[in-house]
Amino acid sequence: MKRIYVNEQWCLGCHLCEYNCAFANSGAKDMARALMNVRINPRIRIEENNGICFAVACRHCTEPLCVKGCISGALSIRDGLICIDTDRCVSCYTCVLSCPYGAIMPSDGGPMQKCELCTKNALGVPACVTGCPNKAIVFEER
Amino acid sequence: MRYVIIGNSIAAAGCIEGIRRADPDGPVTVVGREPYHVYSRPLISYLLLGKTSRERMLYRPADFYEKNGAALLAGKSAVKLDPAAHTVALDNGAELPYDRLLVSTGSRAFVPPIKGLDTVGGYHTFITVDDALALDRAADKSANVLIIGAGLIGLKCAEGILHKVRHVTVVDMAKQVLPSVLDEGGAAVLQKHIEAQGVELHLGVSIDSFDGKTMLTADGRRLPFDVLVVAAGVRPNVELVKDAGGAVNRGIVTDNCGRTSLPDVYAAGDCAESYDISLGGSRILALLPNAYMQGECAGDRMAGGDLTFDRAIPLNATSLWGLHMTTAGTYAGTDVLTTRGGTYKRLFYEDDLLKGFIIIGNVERTGIYTALIRNRTPLSTIDFELICEKPQLMAFSKAERARQLGGVQ
Repeated sequence: MKRIYVNEQWCLGCHLCEYNCAFANSGAKDMARALMNVRINPRIRIEENNGICFAVACRHCTEPLCVKGCISGALSIRDGLICIDTDRCVSCYTCVLSCPYGAIMPSDGGPMQKCELCTKNALGVPACVTGCPNKAIVFEER
Repeated sequence: MRYVIIGNSIAAAGCIEGIRRADPDGPVTVVGREPYHVYSRPLISYLLLGKTSRERMLYRPADFYEKNGAALLAGKSAVKLDPAAHTVALDNGAELPYDRLLVSTGSRAFVPPIKGLDTVGGYHTFITVDDALALDRAADKSANVLIIGAGLIGLKCAEGILHKVRHVTVVDMAKQVLPSVLDEGGAAVLQKHIEAQGVELHLGVSIDSFDGKTMLTADGRRLPFDVLVVAAGVRPNVELVKDAGGAVNRGIVTDNCGRTSLPDVYAAGDCAESYDISLGGSRILALLPNAYMQGECAGDRMAGGDLTFDRAIPLNATSLWGLHMTTAGTYAGTDVLTTRGGTYKRLFYEDDLLKGFIIIGNVERTGIYTALIRNRTPLSTIDFELICEKPQLMAFSKAERARQLGGVQ
């Protein structure tokens, strides 16, 4: 399965992936309107410290601890993709406690959110990858 | 290969999915005491809160059994296991032959023998969806509810019904709330939050007796109530294996493949013990993620697979009235306590390993801490200062980050 991979040495720390993620999942047509004066809550997050920076998003693990630990059955694997059914999520945070990457977090509305590789929004290909100016985030089969 | 699963909760669902990892065809029969499709028991308090529904609290889709080639015998119980004959007798007189058996019988509410309990006129427990529905019917706007037990079950019950009733009182023998999950300091934070919701707590209190709908405590308090909930802990359902001669300590003894001491009999979930790597010993880890993973491993092994379940640790993610808590592992060794920004965080480490943690408040990304415990990552290989500051992959070496973010786990 194609996954998102991060090349730390190419990351500029520009945070465009975070903005592209937030925009792609906002459902809005205009990026400036969607994100202006909004505190974004993206599914991909940049970690930075002392000149080092890199993006972290769901790894779509083959043995996903978030899915195995999910108390409601809201998290599931569909053709390798780790999906969340926000209707069934009760925000218990067991997935937050289980994910080794810290890649699942509450949405603004309550239920958890995670990277679903832009399969549920209009793009169909990961917006963070498309918008990365330095190929620090790639979408490929490894 | 014919598979039989006794019990129809999370470990059973894990087992079915585990079996299908290794054997796409062998017939599976599931025997469940409750007359329902598999549902998530921890969601019963959310059901009372209106945050889920009977339909949404199903743990797996409606076609789960059919899609997995499993037959559900709902509303039936196993009464006797004959390991030599490889058969299980059911309460309706039927006898099920098996090649591989999973015992995932869970646990039942423990009701302490308290003087005068028979004068109360009935009490509730809070384990199953029927328990929750019965409590919902009994607890109306005018009801004073008394809950025995300030553990997870008692407090989640309090959270579920508080908005429906006049008053909720919780009594516990322990001096703190969540005695098996939190330390004293963390419990104090939570206690303040619970009391701010209007719940009356009586901690460090022994119950003397009941006189009808009044509880008398050993120190002379009289606590009147309309509805009583007993949430004083659970006992594992080990009898099936014990009576058949299988090894049982507090729970059914299993190895790291889910095998019991009886041939071709496996056990998983709240009725079974597992090896807690943070403790370095076996204990019952009556927690949903544990039940799933132990069940999945047992199922895979029953079908000839090679999964192992050798990284079990206690894990709790709980929220009460909007306050989130995550805890994991064992609270042993040296600790680092911080209370920055309203978050109570205590990390425990020993022998170069993170052993456990308690975090109340901002719990984001705490799975990074859990992974350090599960993977027994030597703390000397990471930046300890960064990891104490917050859970972050930045604390790992560049090479380790490249492995984690550049590969498939």
